[in-house]
Amino acid sequence: MQVIAKRPDSLTDLNFTYCPGCTHGISHRLIAEAIDELDLRNKMMGVAPVGCSVFAYKFFNFDMAEAAHGRAPAVATGMKRARPDMHVFTYQGDGDLAAIGTAEIVHAANRGENISIFFVNNAIYGMTGGQMAPTTLPGMKTSTSPYGRDEQDIGYPIAACELLDSLRAPYYIERVSLLSPQDIIKAKRAVLKALKYNKENRGFTFVEFVSTCPTNWGMTPLDAMKWAKENMYPFFPVKLFRDKGEEGGK
Amino acid sequence: MKTELICSGFGGQGALTVGKFLAKAGMQEGKNVSWLPSYGPEMRGGTANVSTVISDTPIASPLVTNPDILVALNQPSIDKFGPEIRPGGLMIANTDMCPRKLERDDIDAIYAPMSTIAKEIGSAKVLNMVAIGMIIGKKNLIKYETIEADLTAFLKKKNPDLLEGNLKAIKKGIEIGQNS
Amino acid sequence: MGEKVLMKGNEAVAEAAIRAGCRHYFAYPITPQSELIEYMSRMMPKAGGTFVQAESEIAAVNMVYGAAGCGKRVMTSSSSPGISLKMEGISYLAGAELPAVIVNVQRGGPGLGDIQPAQGDYFQATKGGGHGDYRMPVLAPSTVQEFADMADLAFELGDKYRTPVMILSDGLLGQMMEPVDFKPRKTEAEMEELDKQHFDWCIHPNQDEPNRHHHEINSLEIDPLILEKHVIHLGEKFDKIEANEVRYEEYKLTDDCEYLIVAFGTAARIAKSAIDELNVEGVKIGMIRPITVWPYPYEAIRNALTPKIKKILVTELNLGQMIEDVKLAVEGKVPVEFLGKVGGILFTPQEVKDKIKGM
Ligand SMILES: Cc1ncc(C[n+]2csc(CCOP(=O)(O)OP(=O)(O)O)c2C)c(N)n1
Ligand code: SF4
Repeated sequence: MQVIAKRPDSLTDLNFTYCPGCTHGISHRLIAEAIDELDLRNKMMGVAPVGCSVFAYKFFNFDMAEAAHGRAPAVATGMKRARPDMHVFTYQGDGDLAAIGTAEIVHAANRGENISIFFVNNAIYGMTGGQMAPTTLPGMKTSTSPYGRDEQDIGYPIAACELLDSLRAPYYIERVSLLSPQDIIKAKRAVLKALKYNKENRGFTFVEFVSTCPTNWGMTPLDAMKWAKENMYPFFPVKLFRDKGEEGGK
Repeated sequence: MKTELICSGFGGQGALTVGKFLAKAGMQEGKNVSWLPSYGPEMRGGTANVSTVISDTPIASPLVTNPDILVALNQPSIDKFGPEIRPGGLMIANTDMCPRKLERDDIDAIYAPMSTIAKEIGSAKVLNMVAIGMIIGKKNLIKYETIEADLTAFLKKKNPDLLEGNLKAIKKGIEIGQNS
Repeated sequence: MGEKVLMKGNEAVAEAAIRAGCRHYFAYPITPQSELIEYMSRMMPKAGGTFVQAESEIAAVNMVYGAAGCGKRVMTSSSSPGISLKMEGISYLAGAELPAVIVNVQRGGPGLGDIQPAQGDYFQATKGGGHGDYRMPVLAPSTVQEFADMADLAFELGDKYRTPVMILSDGLLGQMMEPVDFKPRKTEAEMEELDKQHFDWCIHPNQDEPNRHHHEINSLEIDPLILEKHVIHLGEKFDKIEANEVRYEEYKLTDDCEYLIVAFGTAARIAKSAIDELNVEGVKIGMIRPITVWPYPYEAIRNALTPKIKKILVTELNLGQMIEDVKLAVEGKVPVEFLGKVGGILFTPQEVKDKIKGM
């Protein structure tokens, strides 16, 4: 992993409450670093989800709101409309964004809201103890798919980027991963881009992180990384889906 | 007769299962029992504890505040619940994880390197059975035969080695309990 | 009756529901209820039933609406924040007169709150958390056995009155294990009977004329004169339920009692320990424990007010909700005091004793 010397100003001094080897800590840090680098801290606000990252409102060192499960994009919409001079992002897990919050994310994207979404896809519900998520892979056993996810009965994993990419309004959509140091460097670039566009009020930006949940997958952090590469990439390929900043040539 | 227990330790040490096996044995012996775990985020790596009540009469409150028996598998458990033990009560503590003793002379305390004993028997997992044995050896709470029958029914076909390890651990625990 | 099994409340109520003929269950995970949905995910397929983890509590309760409209015994479960989301659906179930069972394993609120046991959803459950003029039977268990037994009772009441029924439990009852004695599973013949019981109004396969039916599962009635009739009809049904279905327990309540505790669910359990100890110390005190919190046992409380009763104590795991119903029953005749704990904290029997002694 990267050796990171200094804690970003955009993170508070609190220790993360995540399990050892959990990727939530990495994605927090990437977002905080990008905000520091873009000098956005005093104009930044964020929305925490309901999920393992529920306490993100304590970890980011600027004003934060905690939303009801799945509703973060709606809350962010309200915040951005009330404070257009500031910038807002949501941080959401896959249950939060792609199950209970499907309506909110689709419609925020469809409106082209001037918000950034950071979406952590770990293929499971972490917080509540390992139930099936909309992103759970076919055949994968969880505490509510004890016989393995049966895609004939409950469908295939939802790919959020692909889904949102069918809408016209979004400005930037990219899927990155946190599964190796190189991947993390690429992920950092995507986060920076999303927040830069956000700073320039260009529209709706969306970054998905292919992540792990060693605890509920029942694996060591290293095995989890390996498993994710082998099993998640086929369903969630790392890819730039849309970048209007590039194609629009500005 | 009503006996109230708290079993407490790090998540994964098996404190909850100590309570569960005792409650189940109590039930099989025709008693009223309840098992109330702590739950929530502190389970993640933190300390887990369970209130267990075994009683001849129906159990009203399942919440134990002043236990007759404390099973402390780690130091935080002694620090937190030790002072709450009812005078005349019993504490069973795992010295492998508890460097400090409880400063009380109005209770019985049995200290034993339970983690080491479990490992010697073959698996850290049987630590809970050592604890159960120590209680059986010291107190007339439940019978060895009840737990033996329960474990045998459950494990005989599935995992005879584990069954043997478990029974060995209980017997070792009983020995410690009787000799202290 | 078989052998007793040691089980968590969450699992026991799920098992009892399957035994009572529930073959359709839809829900969304939430702590401290998740063992219930997890149990159903394991056991429903084995029972030949349907389990769907819905995308949200709103979807789950509407799946319930659909299955109930087809005349099936159907259940959903959640904990407080998720129950709020189900409230729209519950109002529709009540309006369309559909039997269904909703389990609430309450936790601390409001908002996201915490995940420890609480009773803060009493108002929501008993006074109509959804919109419109409706009532639904609300059963409040206080042991794991009772929690399990209530699955059967809830389905029976639902079918009898064509109404949603809520089991108002909490995190303590959901998480704790106690021995449970289950009723036998419904036989094939009984299941067939159950399936046909609502054929006069539910959606089911049709026949050619003259035996054709056209059934509508609906709560819309745009003509006020017709809606008026419908709501009056609902009102009469609620009156019937109030007349026939009140349930409560009297505990250590004798003619010479000087104090009366009124409490439900987990709070009642803890207070019972206090009563046992107070009785030993010579304090004359007993309890009324509402088992149905709607319909509410007003009559039972009124009847308990002998001239000897000096004071009433209401204990709840909230800021004081059921106490309003107790006061309605008491009509100012005796002072009513309150002991509450919030935030998912439980009071101890000692605290109840101290409160009584200070009264
Ligand atoms: C309305 C509502 N329903 C359910 C819950 C329970 N709940 C909390 S977190 C969570 C799932 C979180 O999973 P995910 O979004 O994948 O995030 P992760 O924990 O994996 O990071 C659920 C179902 C809730 N708090 N509120
Ligand atoms: S449960 Fe999974 S997602 Fe949650 S903190 Fe632990 S490893 Fe991370």
